Amino acid sequence: MKWEVVIGLEVHVQLNTVSKIFSGASTAFGAEPNTQASLVELALPGVLPVMNKAVVDKAIRLGLALDADINQKNVFARKNYFYPDLPKGYQISQMDLPIVEHGKLAILVGDEEKVIRVTRAHMEEDAGKSLHEDFHGMTGIDLNRAGTPLLEVVSEPDMRSPEEAVAYAKALHTLVTWLGICDGNMQEGSFRVDANVSVRPFGQAEFGTRREIKNLNSFRFLEQAIKYEIQWQIDTIEDGGKIQQATVLFDPDSGETRMMRSKEDAHDYRYFPDPDLLPVRISDEQIARIRSEMPELPGQMKARFVEQFGVSAYDAALLTSSLALAQYFEAVATATGQGKLAANWLGGEVAARLNREGLDIADCPIPAERLSGLIARVADGTLSNKLAKQVFDALWESDLSADAIIERDGLKQVSDVSAIEKMVEEAIAANPKAVEEFRAGKEKALNALAGQVMKASKGKANPAQVQEILKQKLA
Amino acid sequence: MINATLKQLSAQLAAGQVSAVELAAAYLDRIALLNPQLNAFITVDRAKTLAEAAAADARRAAGNATALTGVPIAHKDIFCQQGWKTSCGSKMLDNFISPYSAHVVEQCAAAGMVTLGRANMDEFAMGSSNENSFYGAVKNPWDLNAIPGGSSGGSAAAVAARLAPAATATDTGGSIRPPASHCGVTGIKPTYGAVSRFGMVGYASSLDHGGPIAQTAEDCALMLNVMAGFDERDSTSLERAKEDYTRELDQPLAGLRVGLPREYFAEGLASDVGRIIDSAVAELKKLGAEVVEVSLPNTQLSIPAYYVIAPAEASANLSRFDGVRYGHRASEYKDLVDMYEKTRAEGFGSEVKRRIMVGTYVLSHGYYDAYYIKAQKIRRLIADDFKAAFAGCDVILGPVAPTAAFNLGEKSGDPVQMYLSDIYTLSVNLAGLPAMSVPAGFADNGRPVGLQIIGNYFAEAKMLNVAHQFQQATDWHTRAPAL
Repeated sequence: MKWEVVIGLEVHVQLNTVSKIFSGASTAFGAEPNTQASLVELALPGVLPVMNKAVVDKAIRLGLALDADINQKNVFARKNYFYPDLPKGYQISQMDLPIVEHGKLAILVGDEEKVIRVTRAHMEEDAGKSLHEDFHGMTGIDLNRAGTPLLEVVSEPDMRSPEEAVAYAKALHTLVTWLGICDGNMQEGSFRVDANVSVRPFGQAEFGTRREIKNLNSFRFLEQAIKYEIQWQIDTIEDGGKIQQATVLFDPDSGETRMMRSKEDAHDYRYFPDPDLLPVRISDEQIARIRSEMPELPGQMKARFVEQFGVSAYDAALLTSSLALAQYFEAVATATGQGKLAANWLGGEVAARLNREGLDIADCPIPAERLSGLIARVADGTLSNKLAKQVFDALWESDLSADAIIERDGLKQVSDVSAIEKMVEEAIAANPKAVEEFRAGKEKALNALAGQVMKASKGKANPAQVQEILKQKLA
Repeated sequence: MINATLKQLSAQLAAGQVSAVELAAAYLDRIALLNPQLNAFITVDRAKTLAEAAAADARRAAGNATALTGVPIAHKDIFCQQGWKTSCGSKMLDNFISPYSAHVVEQCAAAGMVTLGRANMDEFAMGSSNENSFYGAVKNPWDLNAIPGGSSGGSAAAVAARLAPAATATDTGGSIRPPASHCGVTGIKPTYGAVSRFGMVGYASSLDHGGPIAQTAEDCALMLNVMAGFDERDSTSLERAKEDYTRELDQPLAGLRVGLPREYFAEGLASDVGRIIDSAVAELKKLGAEVVEVSLPNTQLSIPAYYVIAPAEASANLSRFDGVRYGHRASEYKDLVDMYEKTRAEGFGSEVKRRIMVGTYVLSHGYYDAYYIKAQKIRRLIADDFKAAFAGCDVILGPVAPTAAFNLGEKSGDPVQMYLSDIYTLSVNLAGLPAMSVPAGFADNGRPVGLQIIGNYFAEAKMLNVAHQFQQATDWHTRAPAL
């Protein structure tokens, strides 16, 4: 039987506010345990939550970027359950009337664009952390993370493969970092993904029973977990079993998913409106203000790059995978008028070097102006590709401009006809055997001669000119 | 001196006739003498109190005293107070020394008021008789066999017995008014949001109101001047300019339209209480008030609506008492769930458990619409009733409770009978309106009876005016129990 995979994602996006969603405590990562837990996070008797308005602005920003509806009346609800790292015994979240509804996000799968519907995004507080290691039979509780603002972004079950799920997660990751609402640091838990996965026979209308894989904190784990889960579900059904609705965890060491709790163990969260918080009302003016502050979005910029700089759709997608890269590209392309060349360099030499050094484009030691200087010299023929790579390495190591390096190292390409003619003549004189072979019809012999000329010029002769003059002289 | 009002104590302190330390010592001596019978205080700390009093005297000497600097006060044990045990009447918090102070406590301290101690109360403010305290019932100073009313029974009994000239208190379904009524003192709960709930241990957030209990309406106005005011740490705190609640005290009552809700004088009201309210109304007529009949048709529904909404909110508010971070934790348990269960089974009393269970039930999947949503609809109807009634009158008058204080133990085995005793007060909390109780006479059994004055939103100054004028014409509020 042929199976169709159905995937929906719930992503917890940690918002990069300075203070927590319901208190003034700091949200900085990595402090000593419990040093960033105020009276509110400790849930002392009598303390009350006060809404951090910056959270609302950031949520609206995402809503507008997803072309979604923004609910102008926002109600916070209490989600009740007991756990030691949930100090109040309830999480303040949103149930009815989430701030963002009915959005959409385009992804690229191969060359195909596909639109994934975003059901909703709601504001909520994070819980603390339970630390099970190091405490010999006891559990340590760190409440530093408690009260950190989250947006839980829920998609429709619109994805049909692990690749689509990863593409959606990456697109959302790009968007929230692009908008400046999340630092995107997946190791620190700033962007955590839950995947709802089910399979059904091709052509069947109703969905299969889903299992939810919790808390995936890298795109690689997301892909591995979904792939494993799909195979497990198919094998289970084909062996005559039935899928039970459940929550599962992915173990990166074994590459397997294992059951955390079944549907029977599911909590009744007893949601009800939090009486300690008034509804947050969002005015038309507030939405208009945030709309006016919106940056150009990745999708819009991608289309513009194709239009304005003549790059391919594929390259444009790559160049808009982060705001820093897109801005870098645009600066170089604008300064040099060489969009395709800039795209090639960014996708080639620059990407390779950054990758090798483990750096992000934002940390690139060569700023856009200096790379532009290099590309300009490639474009006007001053540098051959080979020389350009040499200059690039020198740019990386120093603060000099490309021109200064060319000058310093004498790397200017030689395009002076008489100089090249002289070298060609010398090469012909010194290699009679090759000349003979070429004249006997062996085309390859020409390359050997050209190689001699290039060697004599220390690589600086314009290779096209060398070929041309050689042919003239041997004709 | 011990019978002096806040107003009088303020004048004596200002005139140098008495020092804050002398005053505090006199009240502490009286507490030491009488509290063993009355059980109005959970915690008294003589050294702490005298240190606060000495600081108040120093402040006065330095020339920056307020009207209430050096005046002593009791705090209901529901208001967190830094360095003091804040038990909320519960075993759960018997070991909890608060690391911070409630807004109300801060405001009193900023005015220079001196803490006499922490007043007893029903556990987590759940009760109408003060029999639900982990620290034992408070006795009514007028009759040691009678309940003082709850949940602010310690606050009311302390003021009635002159163990404190005033006390802070809270009112979620009537916890200020019935105790004030049963103990023959004056108490007011202002409009919802006028007094910050920051640091007030939450029972039912949308119904919890802070307010004072004192001997007179004038003293209540002085206390409200200190306690009320915007606090950004409470999202439901009203962002309004500070007001002077004494400003209308001396206004004549000529032309005042007094509404009497027909439902408050129907079946269930004891005849002696009815007569006392009638004569109070007659007194106000003499002062120039006009009486109109009004109707609050949904009053009966306030009991079921309250006993859905309050337990629902309480069931979540009390989840934080889990034994993990502070408060009681069971000494032996086999795993996490066992720790939770034993901790909460041991730490909470039976009425608290009952309300947590009711609240958990009404919020459960499949029952939410039938109970919680319906109760919220009733709440709206009740607020609409008041709105319609206030279209035709300035204040509403009625009884606070159907009977004078009943005997200790009389209803403690029957929660429904206990709940019914709050029939005249619950609806006011559901609507968030200000209301007060003013001493108005004595029932056939010699126990005090209060008159309830309900005002429109933000009409505290008007209500206090009515109460003050009534107290100028009567002397019920000056009567003190023989102890």
